[in-house]
Amino acid sequence: MLAKNGANVLEVHNLKTRFHTHDGTIHAVNGVSFELKEGELLGIVGESGCGKSVTVMSLLKLIPIPPGEIVDGRATFHGRDLIAMSANEIRHVRGHQIGFIFQDPMTSLNPVMTIGQQIMEPIRAHLGKSRDEARDDAIRLLRMIGIPMAEARLDDYPHQFSGGMRQRVMIAIALSCIPQVLIADEPTTALDVTIQAQIIDLIKQLRRELGMSIIWITHDLGIVAGIADRVIVMYGGYIVEQAPVKELYANPKHPYTQGLLGSLPRLEERMAERLTNIKGQPPNLFSEPTSCPFAPRCPYVFERCLEENPALWPISSNHKVACWLEIKE
Amino acid sequence: MTNNDGVLLKVENLKKYFPIMRGLIRRKVGDIKAVDGISFDVYKGETLGLVGESGCGKSTTGRVILQLYPVTSGKIIFKGKDLAKLDSEALRKLRPMMQMIFQDPHASLNPRMTVGSIISEPIIEHGVLRGRKLQKRVEELLELVGLSPTHASRYPHEFSGGQRQRIGIARALALNPEFIVCDEPIAALDVSIQAQVVNLLEDLQAEFGLTYLFISHDLSMIRHISQRVAVMYLGRIVELGSRKNVYEDPLHPYTQALLSAVPTPDPVIEEMRNRIILKGDVPSPANPPPGCPFHTRCPLAVDLCRQEVPAWRELRPRHWVACHLAE
Repeated sequence: MLAKNGANVLEVHNLKTRFHTHDGTIHAVNGVSFELKEGELLGIVGESGCGKSVTVMSLLKLIPIPPGEIVDGRATFHGRDLIAMSANEIRHVRGHQIGFIFQDPMTSLNPVMTIGQQIMEPIRAHLGKSRDEARDDAIRLLRMIGIPMAEARLDDYPHQFSGGMRQRVMIAIALSCIPQVLIADEPTTALDVTIQAQIIDLIKQLRRELGMSIIWITHDLGIVAGIADRVIVMYGGYIVEQAPVKELYANPKHPYTQGLLGSLPRLEERMAERLTNIKGQPPNLFSEPTSCPFAPRCPYVFERCLEENPALWPISSNHKVACWLEIKE
Repeated sequence: MTNNDGVLLKVENLKKYFPIMRGLIRRKVGDIKAVDGISFDVYKGETLGLVGESGCGKSTTGRVILQLYPVTSGKIIFKGKDLAKLDSEALRKLRPMMQMIFQDPHASLNPRMTVGSIISEPIIEHGVLRGRKLQKRVEELLELVGLSPTHASRYPHEFSGGQRQRIGIARALALNPEFIVCDEPIAALDVSIQAQVVNLLEDLQAEFGLTYLFISHDLSMIRHISQRVAVMYLGRIVELGSRKNVYEDPLHPYTQALLSAVPTPDPVIEEMRNRIILKGDVPSPANPPPGCPFHTRCPLAVDLCRQEVPAWRELRPRHWVACHLAE
């Protein structure tokens, strides 16, 4: 479903984010570069603490500063650098040109505002529409995302909605200004599988209708397989592999990606095969790794891995991997 | 691990209602019907998977079986005794044989106790071992779950989620139980760590002939670990059968929808899949719909489903379903 022209909507270059805590500095994102193409759905996968959320939060300046600090990096959106923008400028981009959906629909809605007010807020602020116009827009949005009796429910509060419905409301808010880019950070993780299927179906349908580019962050390799065009795998604050979705699942090159895929039981599994697990724990990131961050857990580790951290290396026109086994110099 | 070694646990028409209290004098105004009349057997040495979405009553079922909650009605026959009728002393004597592994490894370990004292507590409580022998047993248990004996003097906060879950497993194993209720033991863990814990549970089962009731919302993991599977919806079991039957020939429309909704980590398969997208949400267990509990979301529902509760039928050999339409 890749757009034909494939122009880049968003280009991120060498993004580095750290958090200065009492226990030391956490190197959450350590030089991440990627691009998002027009109309593309880019999946970012990784386990907790791999830096996937911090990466996109940094782009939109949603990390608390301090303790957070964006040490380095550029993020070009429409020829302008998001990282260099002032708070005022970025506020105009957020919610207007770039929409976002968070993981937890319980805590990301304001409990003392009606959902109508919350959907209308960005429409009035960014598009300068009147109250009545915004209300019409909000009703249209609620219908689009499949909330029955949209007009009546506009004046309800978040607690009157179920988890799945709240996530639909979040999506309505994110789409209220018809953004070019939608960032969805684990949007279905807090939901049950039948509700998750509803939300995924909805986002697929909205994508067809509105043609926006989407970054979908998740730890669930199953979801990514079903919706993404291209996938980025993150580990220890680095991108360790990047490829079109079918290529990645058919031909995973990084031992971490291989391990992740092997550790998943599959519905179509024949008989109880043993899961291949990845031994050990994810890195704690208190220092910037000088060796490959995956080396302590890697079954194929050799000397080079401990001496130097491999950079992301193109092994074909669209497949990149950061592993010394694949780097041919 | 055959199914014919005999029944270890028999649950008959089990109900657990939680009262809803309102007002200043806490008047009872209704019931949350968390578990509403379920029956099943657990065979010795097997893993029975209990799967369902949040609020379906699967965790309550596990807790009621172990008598962490008193039953509202029904029988729980474990080794020939009805646990629901035993007095607390008789129950205490049976406790070493049935243990539980909890979902949240952060909340289920006392932060002020060392790992050693957490694991030895049940052993001391039941007066099994003391002194040097106890210490040796704790070390043995730590090694069994893949931790080091030196970890005994440390506190839970010094461990990661996966390691903490191992501590919880060591505690559950301390008294050589026969039956363990695993209540979402991997839900709070990362994917790569989930596989470690599941492999450990499988190894321990093979080594000690343990029987598991494995409660999870993760259909892929349930399929991986269980020999038989029970699917719950709104306090009832809607389908029960061997793993193969339930996953390859699901009879209940809810099971069919649930299976079709699970994402598979394979883009080629995902592209070809036809999803059954259920409409709406799960109704409240305080006010379950009349007739079949699933009829409000069922794509096939007819008038009969709205009026009559479907019977629990053995539609195929050892494959049970509660649906008027299944055939």
